[in-house]
Amino acid sequence: MNKKQKTMLVRILIAAACIAVLEFLPVEGTWKFALYMIPYLVVGYDILRKAGKGILKRQVFDENFLMALATVGAIALGEYREGVAVMLFYQIGELFQSYAVGRSRRNISELMDIRPDYANVTAEDGSLERVDPDEVEIGTLITVEPGEKVPIDGTVVSGESTLDTAALTGESVPRRVAAGDEIISGCINLSGVLTVRTTKEFEESTVSKILDLVENASSQKSRSEAFITRFARVYTPAVVYAAAALAVLPPLVRLAIGLEAGWGDWIFRALTFLVISCPCALVISIPLSFFAGIGGASKEGVLVKGSNYLEALSQTKIVAFDKTGTITEGVFEVQRIWVAPDSWLDRETLVEYAAYAEMHSSHPIAESILKAFGKQPEAARVSDVTEISGHGVKASVSGHEVCVGNGKLMAQLGLAAPEVESGGTVVYVAVDGRLEGYLEIADRVKETAGKAMDALAKAGVRKTVMLTGDRRGAAENVGRALHIDEVHAELLPEDKVALVERLLGEKGPKEKLAFVGDGINDAPVLSRADIGVAMGAMGSDAAIEAADVVLMDDDPYKIAKAIRFSRKCMRIVYENIYFAIGVKLVCLALGALGLANMWMAIFADVGVMVIAVCNAIRALRVKHL
Amino acid sequence: MKKTYKIEVDCANCANKMEEAAKKTAGVKDAVVNFMTLKMKVEFEEGADPAEVMPRVLDNCKIVEDDCEIFF
Repeated sequence: MNKKQKTMLVRILIAAACIAVLEFLPVEGTWKFALYMIPYLVVGYDILRKAGKGILKRQVFDENFLMALATVGAIALGEYREGVAVMLFYQIGELFQSYAVGRSRRNISELMDIRPDYANVTAEDGSLERVDPDEVEIGTLITVEPGEKVPIDGTVVSGESTLDTAALTGESVPRRVAAGDEIISGCINLSGVLTVRTTKEFEESTVSKILDLVENASSQKSRSEAFITRFARVYTPAVVYAAAALAVLPPLVRLAIGLEAGWGDWIFRALTFLVISCPCALVISIPLSFFAGIGGASKEGVLVKGSNYLEALSQTKIVAFDKTGTITEGVFEVQRIWVAPDSWLDRETLVEYAAYAEMHSSHPIAESILKAFGKQPEAARVSDVTEISGHGVKASVSGHEVCVGNGKLMAQLGLAAPEVESGGTVVYVAVDGRLEGYLEIADRVKETAGKAMDALAKAGVRKTVMLTGDRRGAAENVGRALHIDEVHAELLPEDKVALVERLLGEKGPKEKLAFVGDGINDAPVLSRADIGVAMGAMGSDAAIEAADVVLMDDDPYKIAKAIRFSRKCMRIVYENIYFAIGVKLVCLALGALGLANMWMAIFADVGVMVIAVCNAIRALRVKHL
Repeated sequence: MKKTYKIEVDCANCANKMEEAAKKTAGVKDAVVNFMTLKMKVEFEEGADPAEVMPRVLDNCKIVEDDCEIFF
């Protein structure tokens, strides 16, 4: 609690004690009034002062003014205890609200406690100097000791360590890094000392970008928030006018039909209205829910750029994916080795010959073969390497003529290559004019991709679509394995946009389409979709820029998680809206009928607020969703 | 031109009122008040000088909510 809140608490306690004592004092008349004035002024003097200022500034719909009017009115009618109690409870509510909001503000900033306070700049003689990360220039050598946060993005120059990236990605398994690896700011160095050459300024570093994004996220207001703001603007004046009407009209009508006017009773009912006139519970709990939801999601490595996107995410019915890098690893590897039955080679030697023939090539396919071979080929064994563009490569390996390439190359050599039904690329290996076997090379599907599709279906996504520039065979293989509803292959970037537009046109008015891509060349599609989700975006500025939702690591399962977070948050938002408005309307109705007195009104007002705020804070907990 | 200012205000509804008041100030094109982060983002009109506009924004905010502060 801060100082202001503590003072308030003391005032509340004094006033409450006074009221308790006054209950048992047998005083009447002026004395009673004077004694009740003590707790009233102790707890409410600032409200009265603000109300006075409000009148001078002609702000009649000011909460302070209305609260002052209600309590002064009650006291004037002789209901001292009610008047003082309403003021007391109003202040308790205000105190709780400011405390709860302060707490969640702190909670969320602790969640995002990734801002580094300093950087250790390494001087030439190895000595360290602590400086503000803002002052470190690109290319500076910094040292990150175990337990410290990496302050600025950079490349490891020396040292080996493990990094805790949980604050950025929600991933709990530490990442190993060694010299040559890129590291991003915000990670915590766990084991060894690292020397890092910075590649960015602090402003441009990942940690600054993320903090900026999360802090600004709740400024993008959602439709529910806009609704509440509009509602609040209409609600207070409406209740105040209703109160005025309630105070004047029924007594006049009663007079007209010859009954006793009963002014006191009706005015008292009108004052009850004023107590309920503050829309606080709604106005505080809705933004708080979104704030908590966005904070909780960011802890799990899902950055949502605004409340409006969180709202849209909860209505996601169609999810379109890019393939390479999103559903698949984007890394080619040898997945199958086939050796001809009559071949003199075994699996290892087949790969060995292929690797030697491809050793000078930098093509991704060649790299995957070399990786499968796993050893450093000896350059001396290879000679006469000829690249046959679009077909493959021919080389002499330990005296054997080795040809490695596609079906066209085999046809050129006059060899009958078996047709292979494959999702990837088939590379045939011929040695001394005989086909000895082939290697099937394909992109590996991410481990969590299958789980992600199931989870999406469970989360109510009715259609999944894959859009890829890759070949049809490869795309359909992946699509079939993962039960993706629609697969569109061999697309150019503009085709992707056109397809997304078609999907947007087909969907229902309340359905939203999300596009998930790795963000590198998907920027136009990311911005065209209702929700653009960029994944694996750590360090990729373009993706963070273009997307509405950023997944910090490249786990497709996080999309389903993000949808569940958003659903939970929206459920809380609607609960609060219906609950708060409902209770207020019931209280207004009961108040008008004379069934609810001021006690009930203030309890309804403060109680609803407390419950709504507690409910809102629930949005923060997303860990087990 | 957009600028972000730190603000101090106690209640959420007051923050909404401040937003309204800031929006209506001459020289301000748009304003967003974020109660949760206690920040006010002001988009100024072309050619408006923030140093000259902001005191007026504060004055207008003070009318609707006496107990507020903008740090500029």
